[in-house]
Amino acid sequence: MVTIFGKPLILLYGQLTLGLINGAFYALLSLGLAVIFGLLNIINFTHGALFMLGAFTTWALLNYAGIGYWPSLILAPIIIGALGLVIERVLIKRIAGLDHLYGLLLTFGLSLIIEGLMRNRFGSSGVPYEIPSVLQGATNLGFMVLPRYRAWVVVAAVVMCFFTWLLIEKTRLGATLRAATENAPLVQAFGVNVPRLVTLTYGGGVALAAFAGVLAAPMNSVNPNMGSNLIVVVFAVVVIGGMGSILGSILTGFGLGIIEGLTKVYYPEGSATVIFVVMALVLLLRPAGLFGRAT
Amino acid sequence: MRLSRRTLLAATAAAAAQPAFRARAQDAGTIRIGVLNDQSGPYRDTGGLTSVICCKQAVSEFAAQGFKVDVIMADHQNKPDVGAGIARQWYDRDGVDMILDVPTSSVGLAVGAVAKEKNKAYINVGAATTDLTGKQCAPCIVHWSYDTYMLAKSTGGATVRSGGTSWYFVTADYVFGHQLQRDATHFVEAAGGKVLGSSAYPFPGTSDFSSFLLQAQASGAKVLGLCNAGADTVNSIKQAKEFGVNMRLAAMLMFITDVNALGLQTAQGLTLTESFYWDLNDRTRAFTNRVRPKTPNNWPNMIHAGCYAATLHFLKAVQALGVAEAKRSGTAIVERMKAMPTNDDCFGKAHIREDGLLIVPSYLFQVKTPAESHGKWDYYKTLSVTPADQAWRPLAEGGCYFVKS
Repeated sequence: MVTIFGKPLILLYGQLTLGLINGAFYALLSLGLAVIFGLLNIINFTHGALFMLGAFTTWALLNYAGIGYWPSLILAPIIIGALGLVIERVLIKRIAGLDHLYGLLLTFGLSLIIEGLMRNRFGSSGVPYEIPSVLQGATNLGFMVLPRYRAWVVVAAVVMCFFTWLLIEKTRLGATLRAATENAPLVQAFGVNVPRLVTLTYGGGVALAAFAGVLAAPMNSVNPNMGSNLIVVVFAVVVIGGMGSILGSILTGFGLGIIEGLTKVYYPEGSATVIFVVMALVLLLRPAGLFGRAT
Repeated sequence: MRLSRRTLLAATAAAAAQPAFRARAQDAGTIRIGVLNDQSGPYRDTGGLTSVICCKQAVSEFAAQGFKVDVIMADHQNKPDVGAGIARQWYDRDGVDMILDVPTSSVGLAVGAVAKEKNKAYINVGAATTDLTGKQCAPCIVHWSYDTYMLAKSTGGATVRSGGTSWYFVTADYVFGHQLQRDATHFVEAAGGKVLGSSAYPFPGTSDFSSFLLQAQASGAKVLGLCNAGADTVNSIKQAKEFGVNMRLAAMLMFITDVNALGLQTAQGLTLTESFYWDLNDRTRAFTNRVRPKTPNNWPNMIHAGCYAATLHFLKAVQALGVAEAKRSGTAIVERMKAMPTNDDCFGKAHIREDGLLIVPSYLFQVKTPAESHGKWDYYKTLSVTPADQAWRPLAEGGCYFVKS
């Protein structure tokens, strides 16, 4: 049997695939964060809580309204995105232009409140959600058994990342958004309603988090803490990729998923730390992040 | 300086509350119980508020004569430093006479050290570590409901006997996980089985177990031993099923609350060990019917039942000993608890051994299929019972310093 550093190659293939799957999640979540940070300059700590709400909405749609997985994939992001619009209008708007710290405290506090309320209602052990019947079962790839659902998650995440990138980098709407980031008063002078643009962007970023939540619901236990476990890692991804860089977030998300996967083979105890080691190294060598522009 | 009316009111209220609280804390006629557990993290449902409710249930049923009983609670966030800090403050400043529950072995042991130093009563129900009645025992500590030895002997032994001879462990990387793995390894090897490997993963904060599951699968072992608890166990089982891991699953520690979170569709067929199940007999059903209205979404497991039974027995001992003596010495009250046989609706008649361990039978349960389940929380069928005198680690093997051999 072929081995690399004492581990069979076949096991490593499996771990690389798993790393890619986890990376898809990191990419999707950090994408939403990067969009919000890039355009609003807000460090959105509620992202994890909104991701969790996305998963719970999926569960609630099934259990209270009989709406299954596929419609939820569209409905849950719309519902949570709308909640995002309200949050932006009512709270975040008021601290626009203030120091980053205010935004961070506000969104962090908000996420604690949301998680606390959900824990009060649903407990911490979570609720079950079954994988949709079409995607049940697994395919044997020879080196590992790949559940069909996980394959779908990677495809869905890649497609979503691609379209978001396309929207922001290649369309007229995206160009306006980017211009508004650079110089809001000037763009406003051209007749663009910048505050509305900002609100919609926040809603869009939040919808991305909810979309990831729907994808996660059948895979992990749907519980009120599911977001807070992930959000710290996702922040590290955004920092490593370069705050606000869309492409950076996507590539870093996948890259770190793979690094984490390999760590789980060679030194599992360190798998929660390795991402932060990478982050420290990147900050030392390239303070603006791998894909960020130094300002 | 201008004072607004609101500030003034708040200040007055605070000032008024302060001396009242102190006076209450030092009230000689009040026994104060502090429930210290996880109220917000992965172990919230296995302990949490339901533990507090069960403790209060015992207080209300006991109807103490000649003294008042007061129950307070706090969240230790599964952090040993936080837990020890609260314990210190409770014993020193807030007049707490007994600390109850304290899940998460690392926190359970840290609080044990504080109780020993202060000579205050400490009844641990939620933590699994055998060290509470072994190397780190103290004459003021009682350990109720379960420990890693009892779980490993029941679940581990039964699995090997029914053909699960080679094992791979997925283990939470802290004191509880490692002890559970050590004890399980002992019973697997004693029964003629082999351990082929293990992965320790960071706790808390891991939600994706697929990587460890694949490593387990690659090892060729027949049994996947899960040395973890709560949401981690739920995620491991869910993902093992998703990845088509064709190994037998042995959840070394699993509660009925976890089965509820998984759903019977996924959990059916699993074997697990508890010392209490709500549907065991008339007395356990009667107890469950009494507390259920107060905790409708979270039915009692062995930790919750333990919090009820331990509080009841503690109060009986206080009554027998006298409040003044009970407040003076944790050792005196625990010695009295050991001298009296226990008798309650959850565990029936039993006793507390010299080293502080409650000696009750352990039950090996199998999770029912959806078709076998006839109602809410109707989840278990009993596979076998280990009698009380065989279920626990022999007294002489624990290494507790004050046990006379």
